[in-house]
Amino acid sequence: MSTNVILEMRNITKTFPGVKALSDVSFSVEEGEIHALCGENGAGKSTLMKVLSGVYPYGTYDGEIYYNGQLKKFGSIKDTEEEGIIIIHQELALIPMLSIAENIFLGNEVAKGGVINWAEATRRTTELLAKVGLRENPSTLITNIGVGKQQLVEIAKALSKKVKLLILDEPTASLNESDSNALLDLLLEFKKQGLTSIIISHKLNEISRVADKITVLRDGATVETLDCHAEKISEARIIQGMVGRELSDRFPKRTSKVGETIFEVRNWTAYHPIHSDRKISNGINLNVKRGEVVGIAGLMGAGRTEFAMSVFGRSYGQKISGEVLINGKPADVSTVERAIKSGLAYVTEDRKQLGLVLINNVMHNNTLANHRGISKNFVIDEYAERKAANEYRQKLRIRTPSIYQDVVNLSGGNQQKVVLAKWLFANPDVLILDEPTRGIDVGAKYEIYTIVNDLVAAGKAVIFISSEMPELLGTCDRIYVMNEGAIVAEMPVAEASQENIMGAIMRSGEKV
Amino acid sequence: MNTPNEATQTAAPSLAVFLRQNMREYGILIALVVIMVFFQIITGGVLFRPVNLTNLVLQNSFVVIMALGMLLVIVAGHIDLSVGSIVAIIGAVAAVMMVNYKIDPWTTSLVCLILGGVIGAAQGYWIAYHHIPAFIVTLAGMLVFRGMTLWLLGGMNIGPFPAEFQKLSTGFLPDLVSLPELPLLGALHSTSIILTLAIPALLVYLSWRSRKLNESHGIEVEPFAFFVTQNAVLVAVMVFLGYQLSTYKGFPNILVIMGVLIAFYTFVTTRTTIGRRIYALGGNEKATRLSGINTDRLSFYTFINMGVLAGFAGLIVAARLNSSTPKAGNGFELDVIAACFIGGASTTGGVGKITGAVVGAFIMGVLNNGMSIMGLGIDFQQMVKGLVLLAAVVFDLYNKQKS
Repeated sequence: MSTNVILEMRNITKTFPGVKALSDVSFSVEEGEIHALCGENGAGKSTLMKVLSGVYPYGTYDGEIYYNGQLKKFGSIKDTEEEGIIIIHQELALIPMLSIAENIFLGNEVAKGGVINWAEATRRTTELLAKVGLRENPSTLITNIGVGKQQLVEIAKALSKKVKLLILDEPTASLNESDSNALLDLLLEFKKQGLTSIIISHKLNEISRVADKITVLRDGATVETLDCHAEKISEARIIQGMVGRELSDRFPKRTSKVGETIFEVRNWTAYHPIHSDRKISNGINLNVKRGEVVGIAGLMGAGRTEFAMSVFGRSYGQKISGEVLINGKPADVSTVERAIKSGLAYVTEDRKQLGLVLINNVMHNNTLANHRGISKNFVIDEYAERKAANEYRQKLRIRTPSIYQDVVNLSGGNQQKVVLAKWLFANPDVLILDEPTRGIDVGAKYEIYTIVNDLVAAGKAVIFISSEMPELLGTCDRIYVMNEGAIVAEMPVAEASQENIMGAIMRSGEKV
Repeated sequence: MNTPNEATQTAAPSLAVFLRQNMREYGILIALVVIMVFFQIITGGVLFRPVNLTNLVLQNSFVVIMALGMLLVIVAGHIDLSVGSIVAIIGAVAAVMMVNYKIDPWTTSLVCLILGGVIGAAQGYWIAYHHIPAFIVTLAGMLVFRGMTLWLLGGMNIGPFPAEFQKLSTGFLPDLVSLPELPLLGALHSTSIILTLAIPALLVYLSWRSRKLNESHGIEVEPFAFFVTQNAVLVAVMVFLGYQLSTYKGFPNILVIMGVLIAFYTFVTTRTTIGRRIYALGGNEKATRLSGINTDRLSFYTFINMGVLAGFAGLIVAARLNSSTPKAGNGFELDVIAACFIGGASTTGGVGKITGAVVGAFIMGVLNNGMSIMGLGIDFQQMVKGLVLLAAVVFDLYNKQKS
């Protein structure tokens, strides 16, 4: 093996307001290897790659990047692309209504004086497509080819830019088995030709198959780098690195008093809103009891949010079938309004897009889901509304100059509390929380766990969706594990561990 | 819980701070006053003459009334380009009913208002339930209803209308008691001068009561000096304008209708759940829908409402011209939309006030009126109006970026 280091990132630290995403991370890649980057969601993998690829320009992070032995200060993606560092993001950046050729040369057109030479562009596209083994007409629209082929177009696009270091963020997340295999084979083929790649993936079996080295990140720091050629690296070994952290008292204590079943979903199946043959929820059975916090664990893209939204007023998916029972009786949850009336509330994962009206103030957001509670004959009682908003502001300790502040001006943690306040004011019996602590700092997380504890102490039930396993282990009474739209395991928290959960996900993935 | 929260503990803000915070709202009002004073001087005192003020009201009533509906449409995140054509088709239908079929004005008006609502519903259906952009649907409507007007009228004017119908636009409140000619004040229209005194008194009482109520709930109120000045200026302006009108023929019927509608829509937008929901819908449709609000139905309602108001405007325009013409309402949609944006509505939805739209409509009206008195041609008038629209939006953006 050559020992020619192509990339070295030294002591990278990146902070966002309130959160330290990367803390003193060092990472080096040798020329011609496939280097895998592993870690839980939020461990800092994507952030590290965004620092490398110039999405976060020099000066917004601390630390140094050496590329081919030289210190680099990348100011933009354009700078890194000129050096041959190309990143392919998890969400593909192709324009659906343009052709393959147009996409490949987008921003980099084969043109002279602004006039595109289509003949040349088509010829080169054909060449590139041959290299990635894709047999498609260059003039085919992106929207007409499958996700797997789109991924290959992305790679062809990278090749067109004279790629030397290829970064793939979860390239197989939305691919099926055979497409994934084809893609990995392609990577191995390119490796033979001398291409260096960094691959981020949750699918550990794939990593074991192609990677030369594996670097594990956890909580924004490098844990270890494993050399796959020096020793045989098992999946269990990787998982241990990813999750091996001790649980300190980051979670408030709670003595659970679990009552009778209050909420039950039976045989819930739903299909993708556009691809009507793709199941997003597959025969899900699930129940929650009074005073219980039930977790749903799974990796990103496991279908948890889609399931929750399809239950909550059919807000996602089509051809939905299954039954919802509340207090043992069938409940009508076919619209959001009816779901709320049945005693259900859903705190969305994406608070800015789906949770809040950002240009409205704290008070108006607080009461949005329960206008009945502050009005009579459609006329709002402003004093009642004010009183309610101030009450929740104190109860949830929402830090804002006043309830008349527009929520766009609040910090992430406080915005999340406003979303919670909105749903608590609607007074539900069953509260579904979808990644309620994403992107907020440790202190605010603790406060949100406390709110959850108070809720179940008052006899309500909580369904807690989270990708952070320690959080689930610290707050839940029982945990369901979900993968590819189906429940693959259920365990009381006493029997659950991060290894167990990861194991359940991996086993279900391999069965397919 | 009796502990006052942080907001109420802070001292009342100083006058300067308060003015700065409310810059946008007062800015637009000040702009209207400045424009009026400017034309008053440049036209040698013609603008504020009783007969001209009366004209100003008559000329702008339909724009103001449509701006009320348009504001809701814009706040909900849509637009309606068809209102000018709705004015035309409703005028045409009214003419055919009253002139050709001799149907009485009351039945005709009722049918026309319902028809306006139906037209609004027809467009709103595609926009709200099929999510076709309002720009497209109402652009289509603009063409379709203009075409229908031409077809219905056969390219001709139909009129005149019964006197009773004309009163909608050209009538004045009845003079209840005839007042003797007073020294200094001159001959006054009794009903109008009573209203001139009663309405400001009522408004001052209401704002005083709401101030007291807020204080008793521990809610921050504006500085007292500001409260007094604001009310004094308001009363002075209203009494002056009311007095001027009273020395001529009194209050036009349409002024009273307009006043009632403005009060109603201000109440709907600021105090009711449906108003609140329209703002939320325009601010973030997905979040609003996930809060259990039927956003589609809400959009649908705003278009029905717009249709009814545009239909009403159609009746006013027909009554004013005393005939229905194929060209009625041509370009009105632009005046109405401009009024909303000058009044501070956001092009992306979720922001805007009824009072802003009304003041915006009057800014456009005074510009039209003042420039006409000066004898400026339609060419200059359009250029000036265009630049005022741009300036208002630029001013808004500048304000937003500064804060």
